[in-house]
Amino acid sequence: MTITLDSISENQKVKVVSIFGGWGIRQRLGCLGIHPGDMITVKKSAIMRGPILISVHGNQVALGRGVARKVVVEAE
Amino acid sequence: MKIVLMGQPNSGKSTIFNHVAGYKAVTSNFPGKTVEYTSSKVNLFGEIFEIVDLPGTYSLTSFDLAELEARKYLLRNSVDIVINVIDASLLSRSLELTLQLLELKLPMVICLNMIDEAERKGIKIDVEKLSKILGVPVMPTIALKGKGVKELFSIAYKMGEKKKIGKTLNFSKDVEEVITQLSTQIKEKQITREFNVPKRFLALKYLENDSYFMENFEKRGKDIFKDIIHFQNKLSETHNRPSDVVISSERHSLSMNIFEEVALVTRPQIKLIDRLDNTLMHPYFGYIFLVGILYLFFNAVFTVGRLIEEPLLEYFYKIIPLIEIRMGSETLSFSIISGIIQGLAGGIAIVLPYLFPFLFGLAILEDLGYLPRIAFLLDAFLHKIGLHGKSIIPFMLGYGCTVPAIMATRILESGRDRFIASVLATMIPCAARMTIIFALVAFYISPQAALAIYILNIIVIIISGKILSRLLPEVTPGMILEIPSYHIPSIKVALAKTWLRMKEFIFIAWPLLIVGSTILSLLQYYKADMLINNLFSPLTSLLGLPLVVGTTLIFGILRKELSMLMLIQAIGTTDVIAVMSTTQIMTFTIFVIFYVPCVATIAVLWKEIGSKRTLFTIVFTSILAVILATITRFVY
Repeated sequence: MTITLDSISENQKVKVVSIFGGWGIRQRLGCLGIHPGDMITVKKSAIMRGPILISVHGNQVALGRGVARKVVVEAE
Repeated sequence: MKIVLMGQPNSGKSTIFNHVAGYKAVTSNFPGKTVEYTSSKVNLFGEIFEIVDLPGTYSLTSFDLAELEARKYLLRNSVDIVINVIDASLLSRSLELTLQLLELKLPMVICLNMIDEAERKGIKIDVEKLSKILGVPVMPTIALKGKGVKELFSIAYKMGEKKKIGKTLNFSKDVEEVITQLSTQIKEKQITREFNVPKRFLALKYLENDSYFMENFEKRGKDIFKDIIHFQNKLSETHNRPSDVVISSERHSLSMNIFEEVALVTRPQIKLIDRLDNTLMHPYFGYIFLVGILYLFFNAVFTVGRLIEEPLLEYFYKIIPLIEIRMGSETLSFSIISGIIQGLAGGIAIVLPYLFPFLFGLAILEDLGYLPRIAFLLDAFLHKIGLHGKSIIPFMLGYGCTVPAIMATRILESGRDRFIASVLATMIPCAARMTIIFALVAFYISPQAALAIYILNIIVIIISGKILSRLLPEVTPGMILEIPSYHIPSIKVALAKTWLRMKEFIFIAWPLLIVGSTILSLLQYYKADMLINNLFSPLTSLLGLPLVVGTTLIFGILRKELSMLMLIQAIGTTDVIAVMSTTQIMTFTIFVIFYVPCVATIAVLWKEIGSKRTLFTIVFTSILAVILATITRFVY
């Protein structure tokens, strides 16, 4: 089952399938260790459609809702 | 010898730099605090070194202005040795930048910083093995405590003399083939001459579709362009994804492989500080704590400030009449001396008591790593004014000083976001304006009134943000922000940072203040101040302020705190409440907070957003100030 990262609930672990988005966003996420194939845990989800906090390779990253929507993931 | 510190954001470059050069570069616990490079000449081992602290960059494919600055520096200057600073607890990710630096074929040393933090997180690194794989020396350090820093520079010195470069590590076979073929074309067409970088590096940048390198070939004929497109397509066809993703995935897996070879990962020790996020970033409690923390912070600043201001002011109340009796109030020498004393008093009794606790508290919050958390909590709200969470960082710094706040807008990706954030940052009451709010409003009216000013200020900023984002309708790119681990702040570092920021007031503003105060005394002595006051009379009468306030507004453009201190001078007493009503104090404060940014701010705005937009900011804030102050006059 593939869905986008913004709809994942807290404390769920998912695998990145692909990133929909231009060159800039692909590169930016890649720099923070988010590539197709990487494992991500969603740790927090802010209220009012705010950002989500994820953990990737032992590091925490905040992603705006719009950015998270561009990351296609697969629930384990 | 020129030594350059290069590494990913928040890896500790500035901390290392400060350790050898003295506290010159501001350090904080959030990614992207260094937006401009700092360099210093340092005497080590009996030789003079030029050490350069570059802004942090995730990769050599750069996005924001601060990262571009780092790359530009590396490509355009002759560098003897690069110290690649790595946060050891983030080794696998950091190696991706290291691989790119190796592709540049510059002499290099690796600094595995925060090695204690990595071990706490359960990551044990085989330093020798890493050094062997990369072909460059690796030195573990704990920069905050200064451990290993001396050895690091001694190795860097040796390697710089030898000009030893590291190994180039290979990607998968089929990708390497494409790289080699493109490199051959680049060599034949002599493209590297212009950029002064190795051909393999350039080939990779082309395959990654890096706009900086891509733009340049358009000018020099389309020959190489065809080759680039051909090879980009070849890679994306065989791998079924864009060529830039192919290259970044290759680098990623290479880094992961190296990491697995050199690191032993065990269970991390979880400290109490790691659990802080459960409350501080909680969807509901997070906001309660945010308001509570900020309230306590400002409350503490006010309490400390008042405790010092009161007795000092009392002392100055007594001293001036004593001199007046001795010298006679109508003499020129009394005018000059009272001017100097008022200037001194303003600095010691009114500004410093609030400035020091404020800057110290801000330093503690920054070093703890709270700022990126605020960005997370407020992202949704900032979207409502057309910005995203990261812009809270310039705003928070704006409470300290507007100049670094505007510089910090460089961490925002889009030019439109930078412009809006810059204009709004000028309206945030900086420490200078905070002293006016605290020393006039909180001191003479009530702390609640001061709080009301802060709340009003935030409301005005939100409305202005809405207006500006309507004028420039463009969707802000979403937030992508690393949230670093908390660090227990070091009091010594926080004091050093406070001192660095206070120097600005002590050595630039204060002398200006004393000179200004003396000039005003002379103007009053020769009755020339009335000329200026009359010029400003339409404004002062509109706002219902005493005529003598006119001159002080000019001084306020030089430095915001000057307008208050000049006010004291102009009305002839430190007991403001005796001369001005509470409404007048309120109106004056509101006007001073919003009208025209100070000279230093105008200069940095000019540099960052251009002359037209700076002019816009000046006009916009002045109109706003007049409107708000007029309303205050009639409403408060």
